[in-house]
Amino acid sequence: MRETRGAIFATALVLAMAAGCGGSRDTAKAPAEETAGAPEGAVWKPAGDEGTVTGKVSFKGTAPKYRAISMDADTVCAAKHKSPVHPETVVVNGNGSLRNVFVYVKSGLEGKNFAVPDQPVELDQEGCIYKPHVLGMQARQNIKVVTSDDTTHNIHPLPKVNREWNVSQPPGADPIIRSFTRPEATIPVKCNQHPWMRAYIHVVSHPFYAVTGEDGTFKLEGLPPGDYEIEAVHEEYGASTQKVSLAAKGTASADFSFSPTQARRPSSLITLPALVLGCCGDR
Amino acid sequence: MAAHATVIEAPKGFVRKYIFSTDHKVIGIQYLFLAMFSVLVGMTLSVFMRLRLAWPAEKWPALQQLFPEGFAGGPMTPEFYLSMMTMHGTIMVFFVLTTAPLSAFGNYFLPIQIGARDMAFPVLNMLSFWVTLAALLVMMAALFATGGAPIAGWTAYAPLSAIGEVAGPGLGLGQTLWVISIAIFCVASLLTSLNFLATTINLRARGMSLMRMPLTVWAWFTTAILALLAFPVLLAGGILLLLDRVGGTSFFIPGGLVVSDQLIPHQGGSPLLWQHLFWFFGHPEVYIAILPGMGITSHILSTFARKPVFAYKAMVGAIFAIGFISYVVWGHHMFMSGMSPFSSMAFSITTLAVGVPSAIKTFNWLATLWGGKIRFTTPMLFALGFVSLFVTGGITGLLLAQPAIDIFLHDTYFVVAHFHLIMGVAAIFGIFAGIYYWFPKMFGRMMREGPGKVHFWLTLVGVYAIFMPMHFLGIAGAPRRYAELTEFQYLKPLESLQLFITVAAFLTIAGQFIFLFNFFVSLFRGKRAGVNPWESTSLEWIIPSPPPHDNFGETEPVVHHGPYEYSPPGEPKDYIMQTEPARQTA
Amino acid sequence: MAFSLGVFFWLMAIITVAIFLGRVWWMPELASVHGAAIDQQLILTLAIAGIAFFLAQLGLGYLIWRYRGRGEGRADYWHENPKMEVGWTVATAVVFLGLAIQGNRIWTQYVLAAPPADALTVEVTGQQFAWNVRYAGPDGRFGRTDPRLIRDADANFLGLDPKDPAGNDDIMTQNIMAVPVNRPVRVLLKTKDVTHSFFVPQFRVKQDAVPGLAITTHFTATKTGEYEIACAELCGMQHYKMRGRLLVMTDAEYQAWLKQRASL
Repeated sequence: MRETRGAIFATALVLAMAAGCGGSRDTAKAPAEETAGAPEGAVWKPAGDEGTVTGKVSFKGTAPKYRAISMDADTVCAAKHKSPVHPETVVVNGNGSLRNVFVYVKSGLEGKNFAVPDQPVELDQEGCIYKPHVLGMQARQNIKVVTSDDTTHNIHPLPKVNREWNVSQPPGADPIIRSFTRPEATIPVKCNQHPWMRAYIHVVSHPFYAVTGEDGTFKLEGLPPGDYEIEAVHEEYGASTQKVSLAAKGTASADFSFSPTQARRPSSLITLPALVLGCCGDR
Repeated sequence: MAAHATVIEAPKGFVRKYIFSTDHKVIGIQYLFLAMFSVLVGMTLSVFMRLRLAWPAEKWPALQQLFPEGFAGGPMTPEFYLSMMTMHGTIMVFFVLTTAPLSAFGNYFLPIQIGARDMAFPVLNMLSFWVTLAALLVMMAALFATGGAPIAGWTAYAPLSAIGEVAGPGLGLGQTLWVISIAIFCVASLLTSLNFLATTINLRARGMSLMRMPLTVWAWFTTAILALLAFPVLLAGGILLLLDRVGGTSFFIPGGLVVSDQLIPHQGGSPLLWQHLFWFFGHPEVYIAILPGMGITSHILSTFARKPVFAYKAMVGAIFAIGFISYVVWGHHMFMSGMSPFSSMAFSITTLAVGVPSAIKTFNWLATLWGGKIRFTTPMLFALGFVSLFVTGGITGLLLAQPAIDIFLHDTYFVVAHFHLIMGVAAIFGIFAGIYYWFPKMFGRMMREGPGKVHFWLTLVGVYAIFMPMHFLGIAGAPRRYAELTEFQYLKPLESLQLFITVAAFLTIAGQFIFLFNFFVSLFRGKRAGVNPWESTSLEWIIPSPPPHDNFGETEPVVHHGPYEYSPPGEPKDYIMQTEPARQTA
Repeated sequence: MAFSLGVFFWLMAIITVAIFLGRVWWMPELASVHGAAIDQQLILTLAIAGIAFFLAQLGLGYLIWRYRGRGEGRADYWHENPKMEVGWTVATAVVFLGLAIQGNRIWTQYVLAAPPADALTVEVTGQQFAWNVRYAGPDGRFGRTDPRLIRDADANFLGLDPKDPAGNDDIMTQNIMAVPVNRPVRVLLKTKDVTHSFFVPQFRVKQDAVPGLAITTHFTATKTGEYEIACAELCGMQHYKMRGRLLVMTDAEYQAWLKQRASL
């Protein structure tokens, strides 16, 4: 009799384990399937009274100097560059403005659901540099990673909220299409093969974001009237916010300024709880 | 002549008889099927590896449908290759090479060959099997885990295996499940080895003195001692690794590591500690895989050469010497690890010393054939193949045992050739020899000789065609665990070898389906086997095929002879069963 | 069956030995000083192993053919032959022990011998998946590093501390290492993340880079030219692609190379 019970216990153990693994796989699949459909609730539609927020991100002080990247670490990369390549961490434009600043609506859009664009955003790898360096996208929107290089890369986003992934892309491979299910500010992307390669992906829940370019300006169009908090995020100098009020069909402006005296961004430490949670759950 | 014994009633009902059985024979067969399932999985994984090594840039649309992650972008990703490699090694070493020769054959035949009715602890025996199955299920879960199967290799060197997904795909959930599975497996093996030892020591029939035990029993007995002392060390290592992964401890992770730009918040651990713990288990594990094969080979060579095993005592001594010395050689896996160069010297001497008893065994096998009258049955062919492969695989140990030479050969394909031949293929030949030899006893039917011989030839030629060229890859300096050799100029001339090996591997794998076919057809349609179809002498051949639940029925066997009394002069038959009463004149 | 199996073992042994003797596939051409002794010992051991392998396979093939079960009569009946057993045990032990002693001698001559004081020191730090090479520069001192300062994206792969003036003239490259020919080189081997192994096949140099340790290895290159650094310890997904180039130059070329790298 006792043996029978032992046997039942053993079976139960085995089944429980099998179920456990099965379960974990299901949860992992779920977000991928969600990406196909639209978010729950009524989807926001423009009412015709939308306005625009514009602004400029300026830079005060002297930009830090970086050592040149040793591009000839990979001869394929070196062949694509004629002059030394420097890190893109701080790029100051000729007009004294700061490039690669991600500007988006941080708050003021709560309760609205925005349609996920069908078109994917694109991240290219060319000359062993990510193009673009800073990229905004909506949660559940697809990101299409393409390669223009004749060498193998790996694309390794290091999110804290979304699930981490890491996949190799050899020359001539098809684009890799993925998505992030949850909004997350600043996901660093790394290639371990060419360690200097770095891009930042900002995942937001709405389409109102921009990245400053060669003139340091940005424009958030089609924004419904209301009170907003606008945030500008720079990889080196951190975030800065401003409040704006936008009237119907109106325009508002928000200018930002960064300087090297500002605190460096905190170093990206994996905290102990994250490590513990990371083991067993779908982050 | 025979003492009476209490009758053990056979269990009633399908579940108690075939599923949750405490009968060592049923458990042995359960282990055998578990190993057969595992070897199919492990073999399939090697197909993926070979595909990528031969055609690294090729796109496989059909496979991409099946494994969108592993073939992201078209060609097989290197991380998918590494996960296949890791799982191939792990599944083969633990769930095939440890379970089939030791747990499957040992469970079935150790009690019978010493004249016992069952294992010493039948319930524990049943539990060992189910715990092993649990370990296998968790390992299968690791194979399909979110983020991919682990890529750290079967040796799971820390800190690669300890710091999580940041160090690479598959090192998250997959690696955690891997460690858990290994820990469970260690427990199962510990239980099995306890049982084997207790059974061998306590349950031998009257007259079955230690020096009358078949060499198979000696091999299982020694293997059980190895397992008893080796697996707990891996269990400890596994638990520590698991704690490093999920508990925030730092046994194997030193301070100041920066992985993918992330500063790892651990400090004080030692990566070498893991290597020491792992190889303290890992080297005896090699002998856990191969010793039963040695026992089976000795047994079968003697049977089909119709000649006593040459130097039985030396064989027993050699098995023990190998077992003992195997505990003090683990450092030869770590010559390049940064360990003290003085310990390398000591490990070099012990490693070459373990070659001496291995050489003795080889000489004794050849001497057993000398003057024999060989019957070329399928089991005999595989046993002869074992001897050849054991020599080929073992002899390269002379090079790898020397740290100076290891500077060049360490972690190259030379090592891959060495260990595949000796602990992989030779052990598999021992398993095949055992299956062909004992199939009639286990299932009451003969396996067909024709397909058996075809299977033997394809496998023998195949494995030599696969693993001999790996020596050439190694001597040319090709590092192992490379998803492709195309990145290095000095490796470019070797791509044709990789292609040759892949073709050989596919043919060899195709040959294994002949075995599977033969196995399952013979199971139902094979010719009925008599009590002793091979005219062998050991105790399993005095009872019906398949044996009844209590093996020997109401009478307990009494042993009068050693196990290898073949062709004794002046006897009517050319063999004497171990239980035959001694004649006055003898 | 006996005949074909015997023939198979013979053929297999002959073909294998022929391929080794013909050096169809062989070690990359030697280009370091200490490698000569290693090669010599490797070839000696390979020869002994080859002879043993050849004789064993030939013997096995012969026995299979010779003692195939033909005709009437029984097999021989004997159990042991103590003289023979002692003989081959002692012979094997002597050969194996001899190899161990000779092998250890070469090992100690290379590993325990410290490179001379005027050896060039190069720091090599592995990371997933690149070799960071650092020269001390004109001041002969390496600048202080701190893992907390490592920022790959800013090309500060080693975490060089800008506050330490010794680091200002440090020359750093990735996957390119240049050394002068015929000059002893001490490699200070480190790793940022997981275990790697610094392997230069032509130099017969291999040493694991172990997290938390700084290990030295050394060599003297004998021929100018371009060589390759491979990683020989599984370090992650692109282990197979962790390739460095090792340029062996004349001293003048080397000095010019240093100057050119320093100007970047």
